[in-house]
Amino acid sequence: MLRPSEMQKALRVRDDFPIFTRPTARGKRLVYLDSAATSQKPLCVIETLDEYYREYNANIHRGVYEIAARATAAFEEARAKVARFVGADPGEIVWTRNTTEAINLIAYAWGNTNVRAGDAILLTELEHHSNLVPWQLLAQRTGAVLRFIPVDKNGTLVLDDLDRLLDGCRLLSIAHVSNTLGTISPLETIVPRARAAGATIVVDGAQSAPHLPVDVKALDADFYAFSAHKMLGPTGIGALYGKRALLESMPPFLSGGDMIRAVEYDRATFNDPPWKFEAGTSNIADAIAFGTAVDYLTELGPAWVREHERAITAYALERLAALEPRGLHVYGPKDPAKTGGVLSFNLADVHAHDVASILDTEGVCIRAGHHCTMPLMRKMGWHSTARASFYVYNAEEDVDALVTALEKAAHIFKV
Amino acid sequence: MDDFYRDYILDHYRNPRNFGHLDAPTASAEDLNPLCGDQIRMELQIDDGGIVRAVRFSGNGCAISLASASMLTESISGMPLEDVAKLSKDVVLENVGIGISPTRMKCAMLGLRVLKSAAIGELAGWPDEE
Ligand SMILES: Cc1ncc(COP(=O)(O)O)c(C=O)c1O
Repeated sequence: MLRPSEMQKALRVRDDFPIFTRPTARGKRLVYLDSAATSQKPLCVIETLDEYYREYNANIHRGVYEIAARATAAFEEARAKVARFVGADPGEIVWTRNTTEAINLIAYAWGNTNVRAGDAILLTELEHHSNLVPWQLLAQRTGAVLRFIPVDKNGTLVLDDLDRLLDGCRLLSIAHVSNTLGTISPLETIVPRARAAGATIVVDGAQSAPHLPVDVKALDADFYAFSAHKMLGPTGIGALYGKRALLESMPPFLSGGDMIRAVEYDRATFNDPPWKFEAGTSNIADAIAFGTAVDYLTELGPAWVREHERAITAYALERLAALEPRGLHVYGPKDPAKTGGVLSFNLADVHAHDVASILDTEGVCIRAGHHCTMPLMRKMGWHSTARASFYVYNAEEDVDALVTALEKAAHIFKV
Repeated sequence: MDDFYRDYILDHYRNPRNFGHLDAPTASAEDLNPLCGDQIRMELQIDDGGIVRAVRFSGNGCAISLASASMLTESISGMPLEDVAKLSKDVVLENVGIGISPTRMKCAMLGLRVLKSAAIGELAGWPDEE
């Protein structure tokens, strides 16, 4: 059970999210358990978007008039907020569309110039396709080889062979938290050893920035990528943290307007980072609203967020255990101290898609499938799993609704 | 959607008909639903008169995709290949007999899509994938 004061806070938090005031088409309460895919947005974020478009919509960086100056200030202020949220300096935060684009930026701008034939790129077996495919393509372009830190059948990373895997390793790119199993990578063990081996370190923070207190300096990451839409902000905006010296040494990724200092017909010089990596008109409104989202999260407190999710995951594990006799099987480490608020499971021989469809009739939103981790699924021998993921607005009653809906699915499928 | 899971659907899901492989299929095709990773393979035995003499399917998927594919294999036995190639989605909708939500339509139609591509490929003389 969660402490009553904690639950009350979660219920108060829920009131900040307009979507929860609307019933589903079947008249059910919306029980949103898919925040690992994308989070809901608080009113303040929605209002920030609205305010920008109503009051000071203008292009940034070049305008001399009042609303352009206001837009530029808000845009750069948002960068400072997002930087502070992860312990970085504003000059080390590059706006991207999302985590995927941030990783691609590294793979092209840094990878093309720093990775050579025969170099090793070390990943783990639980990576999201976004932290796998860009490295496959980089390996194809350069002749580098991919290596993988294995996962065991509980979804825990196996570090026994880490030294051998790190030998000759140019780059380590690793998810901080697995979106499929919730596994939290032991970066405090892995990163120092990768550093000692001379590897450049990329952390996929898509599932950690929203859920854990993150300090990129303490993590000692060279790059850290994350998406606003998973942390109460809008879609279409994300960020890449990069150490200043690295960002300075890298060539541009995309090129064109805004990222230049001076252009002649046959050549150009480039702006300083982070603007060097922001070609064309930026996603101004969403960047500003991302700033509001991190303000909101800062006020809740990342430590509270983590503790709330830990408590709700523990409660969910406890309640789901009662369904074990009916064939419910939860995957992953199953230790709330070692996982984020993500639970992957299957119900007897019922396909995850059917589970999700039946849960949907009760207003319970979960995800079913491979969660963009097809190689992990194949390795584990699962065709698909159902996944429930928790966030700041979830409370015990959401877990209770999940359990009731799963009982309905078990009843329909006679398991 | 919860009405969908009638007994006969669950029966086809748990005991799919014509499930498995043919020794020497005349035509075959395979596809997956990239959304959920469901995967279905269809193998056909066609006689010299162009009639479907045997069909087997294999793969994995949700109740909707497997039951739809299973029922489809029953519908086409003895059918001229030309007709198989022209099947519309109504055959699936009639088989399942209950409304399928738009989000699951892809699952329901996966077997039909694979079957038709096997039939059309065979009629057009595409090289078999094997
Ligand atoms: C671990 C992880 N990495 C990367 C991504 C990709 O994020 P985006 O789709 O916002 O680029 C996700 C999103 O699902 C994720 O969970």
